[in-house]
Amino acid sequence: MKKRIFAGLLTAIMAASLVACGGSGSAPAAGGDDSSGGADGKDSGEAIVVGFAQVGHESDWRNASTNSVKDAFSKDKGYDLQFVDCDNDSAKQIEAVRQFIQDDVDYIVIDPIVSTGWDTVLTECDDAGIPVIVIDRTIEDSKKYISWVGSEFMNEGLASGAWLKAYAEAKGIKDLNILVIEGSNGSSAQIGRTDGFKKYADEEGWTILDSQDGDFTQDGGQKVMESYCKSYAGKFNVVVCQNDNEAFGAMDAMKAAGVSYGVDKDVILISFDACKAGLEYVQSGDINADFMCYPLQGEYCAKIIDQLEKGEEVDKQTFMQEPWYVAEDILKDITYTNNAGEEVTEELVQVTDAASQASY
Amino acid sequence: MEKIKEITKKPLFLPIICMILVLLINLIRSRSFFAISINNGVLYGRLIDILNRGSEIAILAVGQTLVVAVSAGTDISVGSVMSLSACSCCMLLAGYGNNSVTTLAVPMVVGMLFGVLMGGACGAFNGALVAKLKIQPMVATLILFTAARAIGLLLCNNQITYIRYDKYKYLGNFIPGCPIPTPVFVAGVVILVVALLLKKTALGLYIQSVGINSRAARISGINSDVICFACYLICGVCAGIAGIVASSRIYSADSNNIGLNFELDAILAVALGGNSLGGGKFNLAGSIIGAYTIQAITTTLLAMGVTTDTAPVYKAIIVVIIVVVQAPAFKAYLAARKAQSAHVKEAA
Repeated sequence: MKKRIFAGLLTAIMAASLVACGGSGSAPAAGGDDSSGGADGKDSGEAIVVGFAQVGHESDWRNASTNSVKDAFSKDKGYDLQFVDCDNDSAKQIEAVRQFIQDDVDYIVIDPIVSTGWDTVLTECDDAGIPVIVIDRTIEDSKKYISWVGSEFMNEGLASGAWLKAYAEAKGIKDLNILVIEGSNGSSAQIGRTDGFKKYADEEGWTILDSQDGDFTQDGGQKVMESYCKSYAGKFNVVVCQNDNEAFGAMDAMKAAGVSYGVDKDVILISFDACKAGLEYVQSGDINADFMCYPLQGEYCAKIIDQLEKGEEVDKQTFMQEPWYVAEDILKDITYTNNAGEEVTEELVQVTDAASQASY
Repeated sequence: MEKIKEITKKPLFLPIICMILVLLINLIRSRSFFAISINNGVLYGRLIDILNRGSEIAILAVGQTLVVAVSAGTDISVGSVMSLSACSCCMLLAGYGNNSVTTLAVPMVVGMLFGVLMGGACGAFNGALVAKLKIQPMVATLILFTAARAIGLLLCNNQITYIRYDKYKYLGNFIPGCPIPTPVFVAGVVILVVALLLKKTALGLYIQSVGINSRAARISGINSDVICFACYLICGVCAGIAGIVASSRIYSADSNNIGLNFELDAILAVALGGNSLGGGKFNLAGSIIGAYTIQAITTTLLAMGVTTDTAPVYKAIIVVIIVVVQAPAFKAYLAARKAQSAHVKEAA
C-alpha cells in the first residue's frame, strides 16, 4: 500500500516538475507552439519558424545569449521561435534537433554542447532541407551546417597579451611576473585565452609563475588566489583571470591578503567576458582591462537568415566584433597579429556609464 | 607498551594519524605551510585556510554522521540542498527577479533563517521518505539531489543573485575587528550544539540502537521512526547552514556551483572518521577530523600547484591509503601477522 502511495506521489512530482519546466524554461516557446498550431491555418506563409537548441543556463553569459536569440526572433519581427533548453545534456540536444526536423521548422540554430557526434543528425537536417546555423561552440566532425557565428577566443588571449605589452611599455614596467587563473580545463574559452596570452608571454620573456584552474567560478577564483597570495607573496605583479567571476573572487582574496590591485597599484588585473558587474569594476579602476566575450549572437543569426531568405550566399564562419575595455586612456588602440594571420589594429574602449549599463 | 596499545585502540587514533600524515607531507615539502601571521588585522596562513575552508564540510559531516548511523545510508542531497538554501536566502534578501542589490528587501536575519529553514524542510522531506515510507536512503535523497539545485535556480530566476551588502559578507569572511574567520565559529557552534544534544540527552544512544537494529529498538520502547526523521532533519538544517556560509563567502547565490560535489566530501569525511557506513555506532569527532583532513588535502594540493584536473587523482590515492589503513580486513591482517611473528619468536 505504502509503495503504491509513494509511486503515485512520485508520478505526481514528475508531472508537476514537467509542468514547472515547461512553464519556466520555455514559456515563450510554449506560447509559440500554441500559436504555430493556429498559425498554420491562418498565416503560415508569414512567420519564419526557427528551432533553437540552447546548451543550458549555467551563467549570466549564457542567459544573455539566450535572450539575444529570443529577442532577434521575436514574434513582432515575423519569427516563431521554438526554444529548447538542453540542460547541458547532449543526448537531449540531439533529440531536440530531431524534433525540430519532425516539426518541419524553417531554420535550426544549435549551440552544440559537445563538438562531436553531429554528423548523423546534421545529415538528417540536410536531407530534410533545413539549414542549420551553429552559434558559440563549434562542431568538429561535420560540415553540414550552413554557417557558424561565435567568438575567436584565441584573439581574446592575443589581444590581452598585446595590451599588457603596450601597457607595460607605457608605464615603464620592466619585470612582469604573472599568475594565471584559468577557466574550466578543456573548454574552448580556456584553451584559446591561455594559448593566445602564452604566445605573448613566450615572445616577450614574461615569467608565468603559476597557472591553475579556477573553474570559471567566483569561489574557484577566490580559492586559487588565496593560495597564490601565500605561495608567491610579494613576487607577482600581474594577475590574469579568464572570466569576470574568477576576477571577483581573486579581488576578494587579494583584499584579504592586503595586496592592492587595479590602476597604478601593486598588481595589474586582467579579466575576460566583460559582463556588467565586470565593467563596473573596470570603470572604478579595480580591473585594468577586460576583454569582452560577446554573447549576443541573436542579431548575427537573424542577419544570416535574412540573407538566406533573399537567396544570398552566407559566410561559413562569422567572428563577432568584440570590444576591449580598459580603465585608463593612456592607450588608444592595440595592434596584433590575430589568429587568422592578419595584422589588425583594434580600439580600446574606456568604460563609461553607458558602456557598462549596455553590457549584459 | 600497554599504554601505547591502549592509545592505538582508541577510535580517534587512526583519523588523527591520517590527519598528521597529510600535514607531515607539507612539513617535509615546505615549512612555510605552517606559518601563521597577522595580516591586515586577521590571522593569515594555510592552517587558517584549512580551518576556514573546511567549515562547510565539517558542518555537513555532523549531519551526515547522524544519518549514516541511524539509517545505514547516506544523504546524497546535501550539496544540492546547500545550493537551494543559499538561493532562497538570496532571493528573499534581493527580492525576486533582482540579480544584484546593495540594499536588502528584508532584514538579513530573516533571509538567513529562511535559508536554514528551507534546508530543514528538505531534511524533513528526506526524513519522511526514509523513516515513514521506508525508502532506501540513497533513492529517497536522490529526489532532492536532482531537484533542489533546479528549484534554487528557479527561485533566482536563472541568474546569479548578488547581495552587495557589507554585513552579508561577514558570515563567510571576517567580522571587522575579529582576527578569526567567521565560518570557524559557525562550524564550532554547530558541532557544539549537536555534541551537547547527543551528550546531554539520550539521543546519541537512541540513534545507535536504531542504527544497530531498528526493530529491537522499537520493541524496547524507542520510536525508531521519529529518531530517524530527526536525524535527517538535523542533516537538512546543517546543509542549510553550510549553504548560507558558502553563499556569504561569495556574497551571492551561484546555484550551479554552491555545494557542488560536497555530498561526496561529507560522506568521505564520515568514512575517514572511522565510522562504519553500515550504521550503528558512530563517532562525531572522527567525522569532523575527517572533514578537516579532506580540506587539508585540498589545500596541500593547491599549495603544491597541482593543476585542478590532476588533483582528484592525488586525492584519490591519499583517500585509498587512508581507507585501506582503517579497513577491518587490513587490521585483521596486521594482527594475524603480528600473532604469527610472536608465535615464531616463541618457537625459537
